[in-house]
Amino acid sequence: ADTVEDEMEMATVRHRPEALELLEAQSKFTKKELQILYRGFKNECPSGVVNEDTFKEIYSQFFPQGDSTTYAHFLFNAFDTDHNGSVSFEDFVKGLSILLRGTVQEKLNWAFNLYDINKDGYITKEEMLDIMKAIYDMMGKCTYPVLKEDAPRQHVETFFQKMDKNKDGVVTIDEFIESCQK
Amino acid sequence: MAAGVAAWLPFARAAAIGWMPVANCPMPLAPAEKNKRQDELIILNVSGRRFQTWRTTLERYPDTLLGSTEKEFFFNEDTKEYFFDRDPEVFRCILNFYRTGKLHYPRYECISAYDEELAFYGILPEIIGDCCYEEYKDRKRENAERLMDDNDSENNQEGSMPSLSFRQTMWRAFENPHTSTLALVFYYVTGFFIAVSVITNVVETVPCGTVPGNKELPCGERYAVAFFCLDTACVMIFTVEYLLRLFAAPSRYRFIRSVMSIIDVVAIMPYYIGLVMTNNEDVSGAFVTLRVFRVFRIFKFSRHSQGLRILGYTLKSCASELGFLLFSLTMAIIIFATVMFYAEKGSSASKFTSIPASFWYTIVTMTTLGYGDMVPKTIAGKIFGSICSLSGVLVIALPVPVIVSNFSRIYHQNQRADKRRAQKKARLARIRVAKTGSSNAYLHSKRNGLLNEALELTGSTDDEQHMTKGTSLIESQHHHLLHCLEKTTGLSYLVDDPLLSVRTSTIKNHEFIDEQLFEQNCMESSMQNYPSSRSPSLSSHHGLATSCCSRRHKKSTHLPNCSVPATRLRSMQELSTIHIQCSEQPSLTTSRSSLNMKSDDGLRPNCKSAQITTAIISIPTPPALTPEGESRPPPGSPGRAVPSAANVVKVSAL
Repeated sequence: ADTVEDEMEMATVRHRPEALELLEAQSKFTKKELQILYRGFKNECPSGVVNEDTFKEIYSQFFPQGDSTTYAHFLFNAFDTDHNGSVSFEDFVKGLSILLRGTVQEKLNWAFNLYDINKDGYITKEEMLDIMKAIYDMMGKCTYPVLKEDAPRQHVETFFQKMDKNKDGVVTIDEFIESCQK
Repeated sequence: MAAGVAAWLPFARAAAIGWMPVANCPMPLAPAEKNKRQDELIILNVSGRRFQTWRTTLERYPDTLLGSTEKEFFFNEDTKEYFFDRDPEVFRCILNFYRTGKLHYPRYECISAYDEELAFYGILPEIIGDCCYEEYKDRKRENAERLMDDNDSENNQEGSMPSLSFRQTMWRAFENPHTSTLALVFYYVTGFFIAVSVITNVVETVPCGTVPGNKELPCGERYAVAFFCLDTACVMIFTVEYLLRLFAAPSRYRFIRSVMSIIDVVAIMPYYIGLVMTNNEDVSGAFVTLRVFRVFRIFKFSRHSQGLRILGYTLKSCASELGFLLFSLTMAIIIFATVMFYAEKGSSASKFTSIPASFWYTIVTMTTLGYGDMVPKTIAGKIFGSICSLSGVLVIALPVPVIVSNFSRIYHQNQRADKRRAQKKARLARIRVAKTGSSNAYLHSKRNGLLNEALELTGSTDDEQHMTKGTSLIESQHHHLLHCLEKTTGLSYLVDDPLLSVRTSTIKNHEFIDEQLFEQNCMESSMQNYPSSRSPSLSSHHGLATSCCSRRHKKSTHLPNCSVPATRLRSMQELSTIHIQCSEQPSLTTSRSSLNMKSDDGLRPNCKSAQITTAIISIPTPPALTPEGESRPPPGSPGRAVPSAANVVKVSAL
């Protein structure tokens, strides 16, 4: 029943974004830029929203060698701020606005949000490991030098050594911003 | 990468910010966006229908016409749009390709027209989306087959007849009996003898009359000698035919392996084996069996009947269906035979003595023959027997339509090929008429042109104008081209006008010079749009032209009273050694305006724009020149003012 309902929902959803002026006020883009962004967005997703599968498909076209589904999943969650399973144009614009026009603080905030998978305010080692594995997966098998089994783990260790100031095993937002800005 | 996905690239790049905190090495520099133009709408006018799209949409595919700078060639300054004189319907698909990244093939469109459009816009057909790719490939294959068919039959018809060797002619005669009467005769003779041989074989076994002793003899033994003679004659003909075919075959090894040749061999072998073998009692049994093979002679008829060939080809192409039919039938036979055997085991004096014995009953029942020689007696046997006959109908009915449809398809294909060949004759005839029509027009205009010259020499310009009205610009340019070719090769087109032929052969020299003039005129007309351009590569032509036109000018003043062609001949030869002074250019422009190849417009002072003349003035004139055109003057010679003693051209007679 779930899948049928989901299908019905997907078929009938025709999300219309908020008015151009409103979006312009909310984001840091000009009207023209929003127009260009929307045209590209609507071309790819005529229904007005991106669901996770489409997102993964699009992302995998950029990284054909490796497997980018896991990372795309994390990225999707980072964009889907209201956690309703689909990224509308507003989410898209908000995310891009931060990434392209935001302050360093905002950008780091966004990155922290990306790493914090369960959005509880702390980055644990497991979360970081998942992210790292996803990133390494995108590279694929044919790399130089050849990918070692424990490379992600090593990377995570280095990261935590740098970030975790009070060595409590988790990284908070302040530790993160502080270490990155150094 | 699909076009639409490119729209997401900025997003993916922005999201890469997420990697920065965890990166081991510093990130590389981003590529600079050079010449970031504001996206603008461009208008594409295709045969009047206007399409508008963003410039960036078109630039997604930079290796096509619309995506590269090639489209600038089609830019119309006045209307600020790109004009293409092509089909707007197909353009719709092409523009959609840029928009969506998928190229579709509309079914109603002709495949060759579509291919042409794709080639024009620089799009590879391989990009066609999966939804339409199969259809496209099918149509393309059909078209290619049709073209190959056409080419084949064309080659057969035109045929480089003289260059075929005797062997090749013989092979062609064998394969295609309509090529010559001898082939036709041979065809019918062999057909007749095949029929005779088959009938002989049949009649041999008919009993005719009795011999004292009350024994019925078949005709074969009664008139043994007669039949033997007939058989010998037939076999001799067949042997000769086979050997001739073997000799004429282009690839003997392939011929020997072909089905028809095997049939031929099998048909005549029994006779020779019979000759060799004596009336040995123990071998004669085998010998009699060999005679059965004589019936294969009937297959030789397939060379004479196309229907038979189609049938054979169908069976060959339906081999898989036939195999399936056979397999399923075998399965069913075995099953039912087993069942019937065990069902009838109980009854006494049952004919179903073993399972293989029941095979016969099963086959006869399944094919609904029902001879009645084997009948089940028990109730169970009767029940299973009826099930067997019902299922037989079904199993046989299933693969048969496939075979039938295959046969129908191949048969219709053949019919279509025949129809095309018949139409081709009409089509070729039409093409021939058109060709002769155009060459007649050329010769006609030549005659007109020469008449014009004659007239102009007499000074009557009115008639001349009247004559020149008939030909259009394209026609006259075409004729001029043909004339140039004639002069280049020294040959001339076939002429049926005796008067004309005299002229053409003697005034070669004069006409050659004229061509140069008109060549230059043609180039001039194309140079109209670029009045200020200097083209040193054309210097040779211009040089010649200036000399020519001035000579013309001279000619008109020197020979005002020459009107008769005969005297013209002499005057031409005189002209050929005249020293020529390059003089006024305006004559060039005027000749361009009249557009008739032969008329001399140098007389008429309708000067066109003076700009053109200035362009020519700057072009150098060659100091010495031969009309053969072998020695082109060096293009690098500096431009000088025209009227000077150095610019004297000596034109020698051919």
